Amino acid sequence: MNGLTMSPWLRWYPVWLRNVRVWRKLLGPALLGNIGEPLLYLLALGYGLGSFLGDLEGLPYVVFLASGMVCASAMNTASFEGMYSAYTRMAVQDTWIGMLTAPLSIRDVLIAEVIWCGTKSFISVVAILIIAGLLGLVADVRALLVLPIALLLGVCFGSMALVVTAVARNYDFFLYYFTLLITPMLLLSGVFFPISGMPEAVQVGAKLLPLYHAIAMMRPLMIGGVPQDVLLHLSVLIAYTLIAFPLATRLISKRILT
Amino acid sequence: MDTYTDIVSLDGLSKSYAEQCVVNNISLSVKQGEYFGLLGPNGAGKTTTLRMLLGMTPPDSGVLNVLGHAIPEQAQQMRCNIGVVPQMDNLDPDFSVIENLRTYASYFGLKPHSAAMQQRIEELLDFANLRAKAEATIESLSGGMKRRLTLARALVNDPQLLILDEPTTGLDPQARQLIWQRLRELKRAGRTLILTTHYMEEAQRLCDRLAIMDHGRIIAEGTPANLIEQHIEPHVIEVYGAGLNKWLDNSTVSSQERVERLGETAFVYSHDEAPLVSELCQIDDLQFLHRRANLEDVFLKLTGRELRE
Ligand SMILES: Nc1ncnc2c1ncn2[C@@H]1O[C@H](COP(=O)(O)OP(=O)(O)O)[C@@H](O)[C@H]1O
Ligand SMILES: [Mg+2]
Repeated sequence: MNGLTMSPWLRWYPVWLRNVRVWRKLLGPALLGNIGEPLLYLLALGYGLGSFLGDLEGLPYVVFLASGMVCASAMNTASFEGMYSAYTRMAVQDTWIGMLTAPLSIRDVLIAEVIWCGTKSFISVVAILIIAGLLGLVADVRALLVLPIALLLGVCFGSMALVVTAVARNYDFFLYYFTLLITPMLLLSGVFFPISGMPEAVQVGAKLLPLYHAIAMMRPLMIGGVPQDVLLHLSVLIAYTLIAFPLATRLISKRILT
Repeated sequence: MDTYTDIVSLDGLSKSYAEQCVVNNISLSVKQGEYFGLLGPNGAGKTTTLRMLLGMTPPDSGVLNVLGHAIPEQAQQMRCNIGVVPQMDNLDPDFSVIENLRTYASYFGLKPHSAAMQQRIEELLDFANLRAKAEATIESLSGGMKRRLTLARALVNDPQLLILDEPTTGLDPQARQLIWQRLRELKRAGRTLILTTHYMEEAQRLCDRLAIMDHGRIIAEGTPANLIEQHIEPHVIEVYGAGLNKWLDNSTVSSQERVERLGETAFVYSHDEAPLVSELCQIDDLQFLHRRANLEDVFLKLTGRELRE
C-alpha cells in the first residue's frame, strides 16, 4: 500500500516541474519573447528617445531604462503566467482538477503556480541582464543580486494575478486588471522616468504599490550603487504576497471545490 | 495496519446547491473486492456523490469513510491509494501519452524515471492498448483511446480502489467492450471498484451490486439479479402493430397484467407468460417479442420513462 511518499513541504515540486517541462517544449518562442521585447524597448526608447533626453538622475537614459525594464518585465511575466496560463489550467484544461485526484491539495498546486510565476520572472530577468550586459548597461557583478528580488517580485505578482484568476469568468476579464492596475503601475512607478516630478498624490499612490519598491532595490544594484531601505521595500513585496496568496487559495478552493 | 471492514462507507450523506437538494440523505457501503455500480439518470446526483467521496466537494451533512480515512479531513492521504477516472477527461494536452503517465506518477511522489516506474508504464501502455501511441499527442487520440489512457493513468499508483464516473459514456460499442474487458481483468487482480453509469448492460455485466439513484435518493439496492426479482415481473412481452389498441381494449388476458405504453409499443409485464403468448399468436395484426425482464425494465419502472436531459 502506498503511504504519502512526499514530504508536505515538497508536494508543490512535481506541479512546478510539470510547468517547467511544458515551458521547455516551447522554449524558442518563449525565449524570443523574453529577449526580443526588452531588446526592442532598449534600442528604440533607450537609444532613440534617450538621444533627445540626455541624462536622467545622472544616468544615460538607456541605463536608467534598462534597470526599469528588468522590473517591468518581471512584473509582466508573472502577471501573464498567473492569469492567462493559470486560468487555462484551472478552467479550460481542468489540469488542476486532475492534480486534485492525486494526493495534492489546492494549496500545493497554487504554491507551485506562484513559484513558477517567480521562476518565469527570474528567467526573463536573466535574459535582460544578458542583453543589458552585452550592451554595456550594467555596472558590475552586483547586478546579479536583482535575481532573487525578481523571484520574489514574480511570486508577489503571481499571487496577485491568481486572485484575479480566481474571480475571472473568461480571458477578457484580465484586461480590467491590466488597465486598472498593471499599466498605471508600469507608467507611474519609475520604469520609464523618475516619479519625483509627479504630483504628490501620484507619488504616494505609487509607493503603496509593489512595483515601486522593486525598482527602488533593483535600480541601484544595476548601476553599481547600494539600495536604501531594503527592509521596507522587501516588506512591501512580502506583505502583498502574504495577503494575496491566502486570498487566492480561498477563492479558488471555493470556485473549484464546491 | 489499517482496520476497517468496508472500503467505502457513507452514512446520511446530503448536499444541496442553492435551493436544490442534489444528494439527499444517502447511505451506502462497499466491501473489499466488490464492484459497485451507482446507476441513475442524468442529474441524479452520481457525480456529486463521487466528488464528496474524493473529498472534492464538502458534504452538508453525513459521515464518510474511505479506506479507513475520514473524508474530507483525511482525503489527501486517502487519495494515495485510489485511482480516479473523472466524467470529463482531463488529460494534459501539453504532453504526449507516455508523458501524461509519467507526469501523473510524479504527483504521487513516484519517480517517473525509476526502473520500476518505467516498467509499470510499459505495462500500462499495453493494458490500455496504447503502446503504438506512446509518443502521440492527446489531441490525436480517439475518444476510446483517451478514456483508456485516463484509466491507465488512474492505475499508475497501483490503487486499491478505483472510482470511475461514466467510464464508457459516448464511446462506440467496440471501445466500450474493450474497457469492460479491462475492468474485468482488474477485478481478477482483487481491486475494489465504484462506477457510475446509465448503461444497464454495463451495470449488469460488471457490477456485483448496484444502487439505483434518482433525484438525489437511493431508490433501490442489491445485486442485479436481486433487483430484477424484487422489483419486476420475470417476463416481458413487447407488443406492437396495427391492432394494438383493439387488443388492449378487448383482451381479458392483458387486462390482468401490468401494461406500460411507450409510443407504439406496449410492454406487458407478467409472472405467467403462457396465456399471453398463445393469445398473441392468434392475432394477425400484432407483432410481439417475449424476453426475460432485465435491469433496464427495473430502471425504467423505478425512474420513469420521461426523458432526462
Ligand atoms: N457545482 C454545482 N453547482 C450547482 N449545481 C450543481 C453543481 N454540481 C451539480 N449540480 C446539480 O446537481 C444535480 C446533480 O448533478 P450530478 O451529481 O452531476 O448528477 P449526475 O452525475 O447523476 O448526472 C444536477 O441538477 C446539477 O445541475
Ligand atoms: Mg455525472
